[in-house]
Amino acid sequence: MNPIQPNLSRRGLARLGAAAATVAAMGVVKAATSPAGAQSGEPIKVGILHSLSGTMAISETTLKDVMLMLIEKQNKAGGLLGRKLEAVVVDPASNWPLFAEKARQLISVDKCAATFGCWTSVSRKSVLPVFEELNSILFYPVQYEGQECSRNVFYTGAAPNQQAIPAVDYLWNENKVKRWVLAGTDYVYPRTTNQILEAYLKSRGVATEDIMINYTPFGHSDWQNIVASIKKFGSAGKKTAVVSTINGDANVPFYKELGNQGIKATDIPVVAFSVGEEELAGLDTKPLLGHLAAWNYFESVDNADNKAFIEEWKTFTKNPKRTTNDPMEAHYIGFNMWVKGVEKASSIAPDDVIDAMIGVAVPNLSGGYSAMMPNHHITKPVLIGEIQADGQFNIVSQTPGLVVAQEWSPYVADTKDLIGDWRSPLKCGAFNVQTKTCTAGKKA
Amino acid sequence: MISPRVSALTIALVLGGAILLAALNQFTPVGSALHVPPYVIALVGKYLCFAMLALAVDLVWGFGGILPLGHAAFFALGGYAMGMYLMRQIGTRGVYGNPNLPDFMVFLGWKALPWYWYGFQWFPFAALMVVLVPGVLALVFGWLTFRSRVTGVYLSIMTQALTYALLLAFFRNDMGFGGNNGMTDFKDILGFNVQADGTRASLLVLSALFLCGAFLVARFIVLSRFGKILIAVRDTESRTRFLGYRPESYKLVVWVLSAIIAGIGGALYVPQVGIINPSEFSPANSIEAVIWVAVGGRGTLAGAILGALLVNFGKTWFTSALPEFWLFALGALFIGVTLLLPQGVMGLFGPRFVKAAVTSAPTISEEEEAPV
Amino acid sequence: MTRCLALLLLAVLWLSPGPGHAEAADEAYAALATTNFDTIRNGVMALSVSGDPRAQIVITALHDGKLYARADRALFIKNADGTFADALTGAAADVPATALKAVRVNNAVRSAVDAALGVLRLFARDTSTRLAAAEAVFLARDPAAVPALDRALAKETDPTVKRRIEQARAAAVLASSDASDADRIDAIATLRARGDLEARSTLGNLTGQTPAVAEAAAAAITAIDRNLQLWSLLESVYYGISLGSVLLLAAAGLAITFGVMGVINMAHGEMVMIGAYVTFMVQQGIKAYLPAIYPANLLIAIPLAFIVAGLIGIAIERTLIRWLYGRPLETLLATWGLSLVLQQAVRSIFGASNRDVDTPSWMSGATELGGLTLTWNRMYIILFAFLVLAALMAALRFTSLGLRMRAVTQNRRMAAAMGIRTPWIDALTFGLGSGVAGMAGVALSQIDNVSPNLGQSYIIDSFMVVVFGGVGNLWGTTLGALTLGIVNKFLEPVAGAVLGKIVVLIMLILFIQRRPRGMFPLKGRAVET
Repeated sequence: MNPIQPNLSRRGLARLGAAAATVAAMGVVKAATSPAGAQSGEPIKVGILHSLSGTMAISETTLKDVMLMLIEKQNKAGGLLGRKLEAVVVDPASNWPLFAEKARQLISVDKCAATFGCWTSVSRKSVLPVFEELNSILFYPVQYEGQECSRNVFYTGAAPNQQAIPAVDYLWNENKVKRWVLAGTDYVYPRTTNQILEAYLKSRGVATEDIMINYTPFGHSDWQNIVASIKKFGSAGKKTAVVSTINGDANVPFYKELGNQGIKATDIPVVAFSVGEEELAGLDTKPLLGHLAAWNYFESVDNADNKAFIEEWKTFTKNPKRTTNDPMEAHYIGFNMWVKGVEKASSIAPDDVIDAMIGVAVPNLSGGYSAMMPNHHITKPVLIGEIQADGQFNIVSQTPGLVVAQEWSPYVADTKDLIGDWRSPLKCGAFNVQTKTCTAGKKA
Repeated sequence: MISPRVSALTIALVLGGAILLAALNQFTPVGSALHVPPYVIALVGKYLCFAMLALAVDLVWGFGGILPLGHAAFFALGGYAMGMYLMRQIGTRGVYGNPNLPDFMVFLGWKALPWYWYGFQWFPFAALMVVLVPGVLALVFGWLTFRSRVTGVYLSIMTQALTYALLLAFFRNDMGFGGNNGMTDFKDILGFNVQADGTRASLLVLSALFLCGAFLVARFIVLSRFGKILIAVRDTESRTRFLGYRPESYKLVVWVLSAIIAGIGGALYVPQVGIINPSEFSPANSIEAVIWVAVGGRGTLAGAILGALLVNFGKTWFTSALPEFWLFALGALFIGVTLLLPQGVMGLFGPRFVKAAVTSAPTISEEEEAPV
Repeated sequence: MTRCLALLLLAVLWLSPGPGHAEAADEAYAALATTNFDTIRNGVMALSVSGDPRAQIVITALHDGKLYARADRALFIKNADGTFADALTGAAADVPATALKAVRVNNAVRSAVDAALGVLRLFARDTSTRLAAAEAVFLARDPAAVPALDRALAKETDPTVKRRIEQARAAAVLASSDASDADRIDAIATLRARGDLEARSTLGNLTGQTPAVAEAAAAAITAIDRNLQLWSLLESVYYGISLGSVLLLAAAGLAITFGVMGVINMAHGEMVMIGAYVTFMVQQGIKAYLPAIYPANLLIAIPLAFIVAGLIGIAIERTLIRWLYGRPLETLLATWGLSLVLQQAVRSIFGASNRDVDTPSWMSGATELGGLTLTWNRMYIILFAFLVLAALMAALRFTSLGLRMRAVTQNRRMAAAMGIRTPWIDALTFGLGSGVAGMAGVALSQIDNVSPNLGQSYIIDSFMVVVFGGVGNLWGTTLGALTLGIVNKFLEPVAGAVLGKIVVLIMLILFIQRRPRGMFPLKGRAVET
């Protein structure tokens, strides 16, 4: 418990500047009078930390909406532990230090029991120390580069082996691809994924000159010569494919250029890890027929759970054209897992919930169950879809079972011996199985 | 000018406020009515660093007549210098446990520390770099541009080009500064845990001290004979030149000084927010800093501090209270201030707060006659 | 090779129609009705050489996604009006849509379909269809197609199509296992004459050849590469001009508001964004109410974007900017605030995600010019940029409004003394600049995201262009945009996209040291200050 007295903070802040006093006071009072406690009957607060403005708003706004929908649904079903859930929405404005500030606010001022949020890796890296310091829980819903395993974070998106490697295998087997272009935006997710893929491809005997790696800045919009050089690279006679980790905004101009320069999926297929239904909604997909994406969920998955979810989503947003996508499913899984974990622990105290979460399994929307593993990642099926003319994906391949996440990549020399296991007695995020030591993330 | 009373009040408020907050955070029990939570400490500390940036902007804009659209670059460079020191302090506690290389280098497969990282494990060296890197960059840039008489909007756009180029450069993973993720997950500063309440409180007081120091230096400069000539340069550069002064030297001195103040602000900012990454270089951040000054009152020094505190507090508040609509509020604030409060908030307190600020006409006539 | 043998076998069967024929076709049709992609692909390949009269219709339906299968493996084709017809007989079939599932295809099936349609369409009446078919067969590199190609070659009269069929035949010969060395060397010569990337790709594919053939292939590849290298130089220039024209479009409006009026309009990018959203709304509106004129939607969007953005510009000038004349740097702050408001407003109205703006068919695709691939949308944007520029210059030079604008730019007080209503001219000038930005938005909607952030990504570049060229000079802006574009595109392959841009920025900073007022400084009395 940490009841903060408004008076004092007000006095303190007011001294900073005569003119600032009144405005300042209002804010701190608001911040400080938030209910502090866990008395039963008071709502349980759930933090939503997604950018609603700035460059990432384009992707993250949807996730805020889906969280509001899930919380509303849970409340209609009677809440949690007999208490209502209350969403606390803040806007970190695609500004990474602001993410850290807002995380701190959600945890220490608003007393949120858990927070669902972040999209970019840098935003997660920015809030990670805050969640560890204040010992709270973050659910992170986006596919990412791995190489991380924090006790306070539950990763409900895909690790590289749950997305990239099955996709490459598919192209290898189905299309007999022998030459690879790894194109990405220059930041950590593409860098790691490409590093892993490069090691993987070489381990399967692909020669160095058959791999082309290309990085572009964020929001790159002039793809003429890169697409042309891909075309050239593809003219060496071997079947060529592009593995794209191009992020967000840059994808639309990339695909438009691809379509216009006439690179068809039958010539040089492009498999993307960051392009989903949401991104395709801003594109004319007719020229992109057959290009691929690898995800753990597609809106076109044909089963009753998914149909119900889509229906609910369209009703909630009052927009019959709103699409669903993979990170939304990750939040759907993550939220349901958290609900189960809290019920299992009969408590919202972070330590109890963190321990209870491992082993929790809930239905995913691809027709199976996803389980929370000791490494705080979840099991997922991997689906490969081809883009159709209507902006949806035609699922052409699905892993037969669920894939367990490798949080530490076996293809990176420094991490091949590491595992994360947050069960007793190990309780370590990076345990070296060779030296039997815990190199990082040990929590007392 | 900047009256002793206003200055004294500013210093008393900044320093007194910070010390009081820190003391209440440290010396009252957690449950007590007087306790200030660490959240407020971190927040106010961050605001004070922004205030240093605003002060730096006001020095060159309010008194040197240079509208800088890239000052956040110096702030970020100072921040990176400090971030490099903090990264080296992590030592073997990183994820990969490498004693020499920061995690992101291990991860990129680098085997040795690049030469420009040498020395950053020592705090004095890092502290020197905090001053030196922004200072030297400002010196080179300023010497080139002022000497060739690049002025007005040309100069403003060039400062923007500078910060934009740095933004792109620091985004590159190959640069060895952590790429888009930048540097984070700091552990110690000078042996103290950066996450400890005591460290936070000390950093807050330290930020207040540096802010007051910078304020006094800036005040001393603009009140001196040097400052008078500087204002003359601001108002009509050519006339000053005809009187036999060398405007470029005056501008260069104040420009470098301003960059150093911004750099120190950035260095204090990093341990308090716990992350430094290239988005600090984004031109939008620099423009925002100019807006803080405008809101507070250009050419008043104290106004710059006030503006930074006000706008940032507003941002903190609006982003929680009106997450969907806060940009409307912020945008309206900027429009309202420029239209209704040309002298900023300081103007509200009457002319004695802004006397000899930019209210007199010369700058205007110069701009108006300009061909633009 | 088993695949080829099977095809050859089927081809033989087809050449000698007998009892096997109908059976093979039936089997192939049944294969199409499965869900296994491999089976479907084999079915398509078998069908393409079966000689069955319905084959082309069924494969075309599969290609268009109109082929449906029932659980009992019966195939149906969906008509344009939503009814179904039996695929094998063409008779109308009364089957409920719920009982049918569309036959799904993947890339492998799609390749087979393209190749099959290519072979089938080699004998089409329409020349362009035959040309496209020959190209599809060329890309398929299927030895089984040789007999069909030979027959097509014998019948073909059009020289272009004939050449294309010869190339397709050459590719097929090279892929076959039993062609003689002399045949192969002939084929290599044919491909060498074709000389493009596809030809190079086919030649690069050759493995396990006799020394003579391998030598010929290597020589051909070297020759093609040398040829392509020359073209790539031209290509860089073209890409540069194309990027430059985008920059020019984005900056032209700014050259007016910033260059002529001295207003640092940070909301300029948002005017571009508004233009793009106008395009989106025009497309939606036409789709809903006047689908007949849909191909012309951009032609309607252009003036509309100009008017909407222009009116918004005038409104901004009247309510905001006019209070700030004489304080030009403060317009920066107010317009920055305005840009935040406009962005958020668009986000609230249209949502944060990208909006889908179609590219009309006359703007999609590309044309080949020697070794150059010229995409239509870029070509039209280059054209559009220069049209806008010409119109703008004409407006400034030949209209009375232009005359007044120039007068106000050169000497505001004197112009006022001569009886020009300067406030009115200011409003119109600002409206003109904003309107041009709106038109730029229509063009950018064709190559970039239509999202609330659209404007942000161009604002910095636009300012650089205007300053580089010299404030207040449209020629300067044009040259500045083209120079930056071309330099960027020449640096990009060498230094990479990021480093290239950094180098351009540093060069720009250094250039301004040499010419503090840009490439074309405005001359006049006022410049002194």
